[in-house]
Amino acid sequence: MVLVQQVLFLLVSIFAIALFARKISNIRKAIFLGKKESINDRKADRWKQVLFLALGQKKMFKKPIPAILHAFVYVGFILINIEVVEILVDGLFGTERAFKPYLGGLYTVALSFFEILAALVLVGVIAFWIRRNILKLKRFTSPELQGAPLQDANLILYIEIVLMSMLLLMNAADPEANFLISKHLKPLFSNWSESTTHLFMRITWWGHILGIFAFLNYLPYSKHLHIIMAFPNAYYSRLDPQGTVANMPEIQQEVLYMMEPATAPATTDAAPMSFGAKDVTDLSWKHLLDAFSCTECGRCTEQCPANITGKKLSPRKIMMDTRDRAEAVCAQMDKQGNIVPDGKSLLHDYISVEELRACTTCNACVEACPVGIEPLSIIMQLRRNLIMEESNAPQEWNMMFGNIENNMAPWKLSPDDRDAWTQS
Amino acid sequence: MNIKSMAAFAAEGSSPEILFWVGCAGSFDQRAQRVTKAFASILEKVGLSFAILGKEEMCTGDPARRSGNEFLFQMMAYNNIQTMNAYNIKRIVTTCPHCFNVLKNEYPALGGNYEVVHHTTLIQELINDGRIQLKEGGSFKGKRITYHDSCYLGRANNVYEAPRAVLEALDVELVEMKRCRTNGLCCGAGGAQMFKEDEPGTTRINFERSEEALATGASIIASNCPFCTTMLSDGVKKFEQEDNVQIMDIAELVAASLK
Repeated sequence: MVLVQQVLFLLVSIFAIALFARKISNIRKAIFLGKKESINDRKADRWKQVLFLALGQKKMFKKPIPAILHAFVYVGFILINIEVVEILVDGLFGTERAFKPYLGGLYTVALSFFEILAALVLVGVIAFWIRRNILKLKRFTSPELQGAPLQDANLILYIEIVLMSMLLLMNAADPEANFLISKHLKPLFSNWSESTTHLFMRITWWGHILGIFAFLNYLPYSKHLHIIMAFPNAYYSRLDPQGTVANMPEIQQEVLYMMEPATAPATTDAAPMSFGAKDVTDLSWKHLLDAFSCTECGRCTEQCPANITGKKLSPRKIMMDTRDRAEAVCAQMDKQGNIVPDGKSLLHDYISVEELRACTTCNACVEACPVGIEPLSIIMQLRRNLIMEESNAPQEWNMMFGNIENNMAPWKLSPDDRDAWTQS
Repeated sequence: MNIKSMAAFAAEGSSPEILFWVGCAGSFDQRAQRVTKAFASILEKVGLSFAILGKEEMCTGDPARRSGNEFLFQMMAYNNIQTMNAYNIKRIVTTCPHCFNVLKNEYPALGGNYEVVHHTTLIQELINDGRIQLKEGGSFKGKRITYHDSCYLGRANNVYEAPRAVLEALDVELVEMKRCRTNGLCCGAGGAQMFKEDEPGTTRINFERSEEALATGASIIASNCPFCTTMLSDGVKKFEQEDNVQIMDIAELVAASLK
């Protein structure tokens, strides 16, 4: 019986991990649908970002209550995983509590500590569920969160509740265990026979580890992927001042040739290029990494002046749309071998002109993001495509462009009057 | 005012300590012109030699770039950099945070490398160095003033303290809005919004921000940006508070408090 369980455990583990690896490589492919961009400078500063933003959760603490609840779940998640090592050893070698003989009294201390963490995770997760479903906090009820995103968020919370409950019940059912929290649950099993409690313990043990594997494999389909992606995303996040818009060297070159024709090459065989981004394949891979790192918390949207005043723009939706589109393109590519146009694009079919037009480029969304995502950078790339490829601008902007071109100022005023103020 | 241009300095074979980049709003907008003159009067008073580009100055291209028109931005940048490099400009001060951001952060990639300061930072330095002497018990002493962080000075460039230090030097009672510093709310003008109608929504961004500023009970809203000044003035008018609450640039507050 034990051997059967061992073999079963090995097979399940291999299957779960292989499935996870396959999906992760798929996501990697989706991210690299984006254009190449080398981000590899100032390594020390980048590691600092990982340390402060991802590991240290610096920006989370702009909101103390969710930051503390999140810290419960985060610390619990990381440290309880140490216990998963024991679970894996037990599963593979058919042992029960393999580390116990080596740790002696310390084992009870360690497991009691893990139980405290598990209880705190439960507190955090239940509080999150209440905030989302009963208190209905504003940033969790935006239009873009209706339907699948809300189900995704709740499903993650349910899985965590089940996992933590299994862990505590398993310890409670173990007659030889006497840990800080689960010992108070022991009365539940007082009337049970020894064999029944042992069976229950095995069931919860299997339930816990199968739950972990299920969680692992749900992760890449979920917004919850941020628990992995936050780290690379923090590493590759922007170090320059936030106000800097990415330069377009190809246009800089064009303008130089126009102004100084002597510098232009006599012939050019460069392929015609398109400006800005119409679809995910026109964005940089970092934009797509951003999209896969987003956990849809809505801190960006909550801070967005356009969204606050009822405009359609929501920076969170920009990120969700970008991920959805990248996944759609990737799925199609898997099916047909290479990218075949499907008549859709990120611009227009996912993100509307009205949304893009509402942005004030104020950087509030970028500042708000705990993991260093830049919705503004995607908005800028889409705006560039609208203006330079589609000539799609409101009439007032076209007038402003004309004024800058002809009068060197955005208003229709004579450049000769630029210093008129010195005379008055 | 007798303001010298870079061309005049060059004709004499000399150069000023600093270029005052006036910007389009500062040059043409009547409200912003008052800020321009106030700041120029401070520079004159402390005896800092400065020049303007005058008719040679052009839009930095900020609204073009941020609306998506990179061609136009690059054209403006090319011309401005040519002009400034020809004059061998080293240091620039500007009263507009949008110009400040473009000159400081975006021109270097295009061959324009200058040391750029925003006027609030320069004023603070001049106060610290004792070059700006303020009146004892100046006209703003004890006045309830709130400070509006512009996006392009604040979040874009992390300048939060210099303007506040200037207000402290003026002995005002500084009251903060709920959304300030990194959480400051935009006035609604950035990203070329200044030059178009709002998209459909429930209210205007400048109304939202002005309401918040008015809630502090301040009699003056201090700003550092010509566009914020315009937006907040319109917002304060919407709540019919224009007779009770003034929007003043940091430069105007200081110019009115000089010894």
